[in-house]
Amino acid sequence: MVLRESSLDPQQASFDTVLGAGLGFSQVVKRGQTLRIVDLEGNQAVDTLFFNARDTAERYSAVDTIRAQRAIYLSSDSPLISSEGNVLLTITADTCGRHDTLGGACAAESNQVRYALEKKYMHSCRDNFLLEIQHRRPELTKRDISANINFFMNVPVTPEGGLAFDDGISAPGRYVEMRAEMDVIVLISNCPQLNNPCNGYNPTPVRLLVW
Amino acid sequence: MTEKNLILDEPLRGGQMWSRVLKRGELLRLVDVEGGACVATLLYNADLPIERYNMPDTLKAQHVARITAGNVLYSDMGRVLCSVVSDTVGWHDTITGVADAASSLEKYGAGPYQTLRNDWQRNSRDNLLVELGKYGLGKRDFGATVNFFVKVAPDREGKLSFVPGHSKAGARVELRSEMNTLIVLSNTPHPLDPNPKYAPKPVQISVRRADPVAPNDACKHSCAENERGFALTEAYFS
Repeated sequence: MVLRESSLDPQQASFDTVLGAGLGFSQVVKRGQTLRIVDLEGNQAVDTLFFNARDTAERYSAVDTIRAQRAIYLSSDSPLISSEGNVLLTITADTCGRHDTLGGACAAESNQVRYALEKKYMHSCRDNFLLEIQHRRPELTKRDISANINFFMNVPVTPEGGLAFDDGISAPGRYVEMRAEMDVIVLISNCPQLNNPCNGYNPTPVRLLVW
Repeated sequence: MTEKNLILDEPLRGGQMWSRVLKRGELLRLVDVEGGACVATLLYNADLPIERYNMPDTLKAQHVARITAGNVLYSDMGRVLCSVVSDTVGWHDTITGVADAASSLEKYGAGPYQTLRNDWQRNSRDNLLVELGKYGLGKRDFGATVNFFVKVAPDREGKLSFVPGHSKAGARVELRSEMNTLIVLSNTPHPLDPNPKYAPKPVQISVRRADPVAPNDACKHSCAENERGFALTEAYFS
């Protein structure tokens, strides 16, 4: 696991905001701009999808990204590959070390399967994605919500074919940074999950910056 | 002699695609006739196709990174589309996707229809898009496939390598449909298959009426998550 810091100065960022625990977000990041996500309090999962801003039928593809790098976890130098085989963004700095793209997003219905039938009422990442696209991204619908990236989340896979949701390996102030290789829409759910250790059972805010 | 429960039994040439609505209670059997096949598969609720196979939900509910007997394939709505009721292979991939036209051209060179006619070089992505188009579905509906008969093995660090010779001649897997499931598949080489020659393998497809889900069904009871998944699926049809 290789950690890489960034030389970018937050004072110089053109966009700088804090996204509260359990909230959704979307924004266009232009080609050549860099997006940083900071895990302010540690162990926060940040569920993230990307779309080509000019043609949203082209989108982040977890399986094409995994195959392109022949590796399951994302870190520095990972190209984030689209459904059309193009590079949407490249991870340029990472002080956490690895990020998940197999665990997907929590949803009311999958929470029922995973935890208990009576968990349906709980807030979820898919509800954040749907609320954000209903209000602000009318070109998108549920069918555009495919397997996402979970920044800062730890989902180890074993050679025997096992998969687990483990305690995070992130910590307060750790960040991941990526450069857009085309104009992209970033769609984020700052995960509200309370049932597993993906965010330490304690959803917390993250900071989003763009240079 | 015909089997009483047999509905369909047909060969699928290498390079071809196929689709069918597998009704609740039907059983699909795929046989890798010569060994080394790759059957890239997408699944939808045929009655409401906005509900579809969800790779992450399938993996995290069952704490697996591959598909085999005892596993089920979850939709994004917490329901079971299909159960894997038998499997002689032991590992089917669902995390490494499919080849497209560009990657096939780069790997194999040109394979045009003009010279090769129906042995031309088809790829999984385009095959699946053609078949999806027949149901009014398209690129936005295209997600992670189950790649039957394929193993791409992870090491302790998450690095992946394709396992040649994983599926042997006569290998078979059986899916029981728990919903009315639109199943769309393409019998075309996996993009990480190291064979430099385009050589898709024949597959035999058959559909039968399945035995009713027994009270002690292995897929339903392989974990508490699947018991809840079956309960949600049964509630949908009750």
